[in-house]
Amino acid sequence: MKYMRLKNFMVLVPFILIFAAVLLIPFIMMVISSFFQDSTGTFSFYNFHLIFSQRFYSVAITNSINLSLFSSIIGSILGIFVTYAITKLTQNTQNRLLLILNATSNFAGVPLAFAFIILLGNSGFITLMLKYVHVQFNLYTWVGLVLVYVYFQLPLAIMLFYPVFNGIDQRWREAAYLLGASSFRYWVKIVIPYLIPSFFGTLTILFANAMGAYATAYALTGGSFNLLSTRIGALTSGDINTMPNLGSAMALVLALTMIIALFINQLVLKKLRRDIG
Amino acid sequence: MSEGKKWPFYLIVTLLALYLIIPLFVTLVYSLATSWTTTILPSGLTLKWYAQMFEDPTFINALIRTLVLIIVSMAVVILVMLPTVVIVSMHFPRLEKLFQSIVLLPYAMPGIILASGLLQTYSSIEVPKLILVGGAYFIVVMPYMYQGIRNSLHSVNMSSMIEAAELLGANQLKIFFSIIIPNIKKGILVSSLLSFSILFGEFTLTNLVVGGNYETIQIYLFRIMQVSGHISSAVVIAYLFVLSILSFLIILFTNGRKRKSV
Repeated sequence: MKYMRLKNFMVLVPFILIFAAVLLIPFIMMVISSFFQDSTGTFSFYNFHLIFSQRFYSVAITNSINLSLFSSIIGSILGIFVTYAITKLTQNTQNRLLLILNATSNFAGVPLAFAFIILLGNSGFITLMLKYVHVQFNLYTWVGLVLVYVYFQLPLAIMLFYPVFNGIDQRWREAAYLLGASSFRYWVKIVIPYLIPSFFGTLTILFANAMGAYATAYALTGGSFNLLSTRIGALTSGDINTMPNLGSAMALVLALTMIIALFINQLVLKKLRRDIG
Repeated sequence: MSEGKKWPFYLIVTLLALYLIIPLFVTLVYSLATSWTTTILPSGLTLKWYAQMFEDPTFINALIRTLVLIIVSMAVVILVMLPTVVIVSMHFPRLEKLFQSIVLLPYAMPGIILASGLLQTYSSIEVPKLILVGGAYFIVVMPYMYQGIRNSLHSVNMSSMIEAAELLGANQLKIFFSIIIPNIKKGILVSSLLSFSILFGEFTLTNLVVGGNYETIQIYLFRIMQVSGHISSAVVIAYLFVLSILSFLIILFTNGRKRKSV
């Protein structure tokens, strides 16, 4: 029996080796190296000091957080209204819309950036139309990035909200009306409290999704717009002036912001549960 | 809700559909336009960009490189993950919870973090970059393959079938190849198609780890974007076409499986 167990365990060895080599060890190495200075190779908190004191790096963090917050808040709020509207249509229309959403959720990264460049770039179709009415639009700014980010956040938000809306039991409404509740009271007392946890959960997923997004931002701006993800890319894999340890420290900051977002989400939910319940 | 009140919902949904479809539609028109630079409407329609795309040897090479990289990585993923998931759920049930949380970890891990860890660890050692990308691909699709294999293992009553086979004197290998594999074939196919479409759109890891040294279709698109907008849009349309076929197949096989189990 002991021998059988050993033999079974041997089957797991390739998986354990690959997992350690490609995920575990690189992650540990990333954390360790973020505490070593690139120029001298000595142990220090220099990288973190640099990130938070030099505007060039700290702006990348605030830009990323702002862009992710804005695009995830817009994505979640639009998503919740649009999903509600979708569930009010006939089943056939719903299925067709879900197909479109599925197709557009593949549409991210480089191809998406390209489509927005021909749509809204300097000689883009809509940019030209706007020029006729004397409106200037620049895709490679903050507003442009939010517009592109919302494009890939919205389908994800709808996909996450759709099963939640389908989970609303028609009997809740009937029960509420039988007990004399108005439509308004039914929404405020039953539907909204039911939706709130999913709303914050979706917001957190979208935030993490935007914080980690690299391909879209890189293809759109070529790294000229200062973001955490594109900055990490330039520091670790550029042709010139790579500072891998500083890049690791920034990657650690990125991971931390996502963990903090998750933590805030849990805190908010805990507080809400106490207030509602 | 009365019928007459439905128009606001249709309005909202139409606006959404327009927002989602316009970038796709404009890319399609651009790929068919003879020239579309300073005017609002294209000056004529043509298929020459598609012809140029298929005649471009760098495009064909990028396509072949992408397919080779994905197929080799996927073969390794299946060869490693399949026995691992089966052995863990059959013989180490107490480890299953831990295993699951480990395997699902990459869902939450952005490619940029994985890439910087890999570069940090292996840049000083002479490891072929292509092997690193293959390893990264392994990690990217691991959660999807795990879910697919595990769900199909649990959807049929595998443990009682295996018990029956053991009683009838079948050995481990026989059980693996004549009971487990045939029953989860379809589940593996669906998660492989899904993994394939994810890797087909992979840019971050490939670009950061190997970059232009191994030009995949995504990196090709990124490069040609700066050269010709028309060929790029033809590439984007062809790319979305392939992905649509993959999604269609995934939906087809998933529904087929459900119907069978009812």
